[in-house]
Amino acid sequence: MLSDVQKSLLKELTGRDSFADGAFNIRANGQSAGRNSTDSIRIEPKKEGAGLDIYIAPGTRRDHVHIPVVMTDSGLKETVFNDFHVGEGADVEIVAGCGIHNCGCDDSEHDGIHRFFIAKGARVKYVEKHIGGGDGVGKRILNPVTEVEMAEGSSMEMEMAQIKGVDDTDRKTTAHLAAGARLVVRERLMTDGTQRALSTYVVSLDGPGSSADIVSRGVSRGKSFQRLDLRIAGNAPCKGHTECDSIIMDDSRILAVPALEANDVDASLVHEAAIGRIAGEQLIKLMTLGLTQAEAEERIINGFLA
Amino acid sequence: MLEIDNLSFDVETEAGPKSVLRGVSLSLAPGRLVVVTGPNGSGKSTLARLIAGIETPTSGRILLDGRDITGLSITERAKAGIGFAFQQPVRFKGLKVIDLLRIAAGRNLTIHEACDHLAAVGLCAQDYVRREVNSSLSGGELKRIEIATIFAKASKVSIFDEPEAGIDLWSFQNLIQAFKEMRQAVADASLMIISHQERILAIADEIVVIKGGSIERQGPKDEILPSLIGTEMAMGGCPRGLPWRKADA
Ligand SMILES: Nc1ncnc2c1ncn2[C@@H]1O[C@H](COP(=O)(O)OP(=O)(O)O)[C@@H](O)[C@H]1O
Ligand SMILES: [Mg+2]
Repeated sequence: MLSDVQKSLLKELTGRDSFADGAFNIRANGQSAGRNSTDSIRIEPKKEGAGLDIYIAPGTRRDHVHIPVVMTDSGLKETVFNDFHVGEGADVEIVAGCGIHNCGCDDSEHDGIHRFFIAKGARVKYVEKHIGGGDGVGKRILNPVTEVEMAEGSSMEMEMAQIKGVDDTDRKTTAHLAAGARLVVRERLMTDGTQRALSTYVVSLDGPGSSADIVSRGVSRGKSFQRLDLRIAGNAPCKGHTECDSIIMDDSRILAVPALEANDVDASLVHEAAIGRIAGEQLIKLMTLGLTQAEAEERIINGFLA
Repeated sequence: MLEIDNLSFDVETEAGPKSVLRGVSLSLAPGRLVVVTGPNGSGKSTLARLIAGIETPTSGRILLDGRDITGLSITERAKAGIGFAFQQPVRFKGLKVIDLLRIAAGRNLTIHEACDHLAAVGLCAQDYVRREVNSSLSGGELKRIEIATIFAKASKVSIFDEPEAGIDLWSFQNLIQAFKEMRQAVADASLMIISHQERILAIADEIVVIKGGSIERQGPKDEILPSLIGTEMAMGGCPRGLPWRKADA
């Protein structure tokens, strides 16, 4: 049975109250708390070690699978390996994410290693949310690793969001794209207090006509620190775009490390980066519409991270 | 009733102290429309910014319905009933047109209500209501959205700083119509429009001419307008010949 705290974390992660049908696996405090496979999506626990193999049948139409993780016991540390095998021409939405509620004094840590093997022409939408809560002094730590292999003509859209609550995160995402494959990433980060968030993307555009568009938006507050490391290598005629756009507040720090590597004369790569405080004129505009300065800041940040 | 009483604003510049506004007094009665005109750099926008609370006067007072609001913050003045459409509107990444309209109205406007405000400024509402107020909008589009938010705010006193800038001829006609409708829709609303446009001057009850930081002349439209026709303070027809002329800096 899931506790109320676990249920509310699940709701925040997935937008759902309950899981009954469709493909899903719920992991709570290191144990499976419910699993269901369907005709087109099969979920199997790994024979060795923690984790799952998730098979999405070729030609699957507009289906989805949820694999949320919740941790409410203080002091738990786990590493989980999930492999997604997406069959040719399948079209699937995968909703992952981890919620840690730590009321204790020991650190809780979830390190999820997700590998995607995306076959020809398949389309994947991957949504990952990270949330942290609880008032214990123990830290909430998340170190996700995402590795993506994209075959010809496949596409993947990733939405990653980590809004406050996670004390320490070191996210690493790598992708290899074959001919005509397309990767779109939308990352949203907000750090506060003494939180630290590191996010690294290494994307290799290996096949002709492959493309990647990676946009990371961040807000850092308090004494927090963010490092955004966006790298694209163009190894064939391809198009790559990275953008990192940050609002810095209070005594926080942000380091943006863009890198573009062109190994082909027809690789077209663009990087944009901007870091700055909230523009004074934006605050003034919203104040002339009746918001207080604090309300105006909140609206601007929420819009920016929406 | 908005009363400006002997307002002055001095600033420190590299070249030494500068007096931007000097002893400006005027009053704007409920239901009236005053157009403030004058050459570029004469202090018109500064007067608007002082009324909205963005700048603090060196001396003088601002009264709204008899209450001294000179010491109030921007937010407090907005709540007390001052609306201000900027000469140069602000862009926001992530905020949508509907969000701004709702903030301005101070309530959860329906899409239908929001569309009415956009239609009033000649924007095809469906295309715009969910657009982000970001750099994808042209200067003219942004300007019209700015005006629509002040319509949505429906303040006791609404100030529009050069609303015609960047607006093409067709919607210029609509804009004048929209100002007329606003006067009818919001009971006792007072409007202050900063403009060089003859056709906007023509709908004024009163005209105030500012030069070099002081009021040069003020009075009923019929008294002031004839002397302005043909000067840079009352431009006729299409502003400076080009409908897509950018807003003055
Ligand atoms: N805070 C300020 N600091 C320095 N100069 C200012 C300031 N505010 C206004 N000014 C100057 O005062 C003059 C009047 O400006 P403004 O009110 O924008 O004129 P207008 O709107 O009539 O064109 C300009 O020369 C402007 O540069
Ligand atoms: Mg001006």
